Amino acid sequence: MAKMTLEQLRKLREDKKQDLTRREVEGKEIQVIVGMGTCGIAAGAKQTFDEIVKAVDEYGLGKDVIIRQTGCMGLCYVEPTVEVVMPGMPTVIYGKMTSEVAKDLVRKHLVEKKLLENHIFDRPAADIMKK
Amino acid sequence: MHYSLGDYVLDIAQNAVESGAGTVRIDFAETEESFSVAVADDGVGMAEEELARALDPFYTDGKKHARRKVGLGLPFLVQATRQAEGSFRIESEKGKGTTVAFGFPKGNVDAPPLGDLPGLFRAALCLPGDHEMTIRRTRSSPEGSLSYELSRSELSEALGGLERADSLALLLGFLASQEEAD
Repeated sequence: MAKMTLEQLRKLREDKKQDLTRREVEGKEIQVIVGMGTCGIAAGAKQTFDEIVKAVDEYGLGKDVIIRQTGCMGLCYVEPTVEVVMPGMPTVIYGKMTSEVAKDLVRKHLVEKKLLENHIFDRPAADIMKK
Repeated sequence: MHYSLGDYVLDIAQNAVESGAGTVRIDFAETEESFSVAVADDGVGMAEEELARALDPFYTDGKKHARRKVGLGLPFLVQATRQAEGSFRIESEKGKGTTVAFGFPKGNVDAPPLGDLPGLFRAALCLPGDHEMTIRRTRSSPEGSLSYELSRSELSEALGGLERADSLALLLGFLASQEEAD
């Protein structure tokens, strides 16, 4: 791959923006927050982050999803952890993430709008979940 | 324990950002024999007593989360450099900032693998905060020489931010292209 310049990167970004259908996404953004403290990094959080970015882009959700890093979320025993904040879905923290689980998270939670039950380690109370 | 050199760098870079730095600089140098990294910030810095405790794995400043009982990033790094006969240095001045510099000899069997550099740089550049980050990477080895510098603000401007997944995907491609030999 030839070395890209900043100008080429800008152009690539502009070309990509024009390819996308305009959608009203203000206030409807999906946030995926990856815990990247020492515990997370040691457990493979960077690979989880990389896989989520890749999968989100592959599903064509790149414009709608914000991916952030944060420090330790306090669930060191189940790192890597990922919090998903999505309109219309309960906010949950997933744990014991791997690259494969990250792909499943994007497909199931973000695309199919279903929870990845086996990896939930923190979520709202049951009465809120039933709504 | 961290696996790759990149994991240690990301951990130290996060410390730098969390120190309230306005500027973080990462210098990543590779020669035929070794890797050397320096992470410098102009954050709150540490007094002598704090610096001594920073290398204690059972010490944390209590700011991460309420149940935290350990601070492992720096102790992990010190242990890894000792194990691989590498080098480690930390300097800090209260109110001025901190520099952590370390290196590993490539030939030592206990030296950590380099890891995914483009992915590391992306993760470091995307650490949340209002700081500027500059990453300088050089290599002079049989694989070919290269030298480049990355600026968080410039990349953020070129991509319209560093949070949307589509921007992050483009960023990885850009960073991977910088690893082409000069």
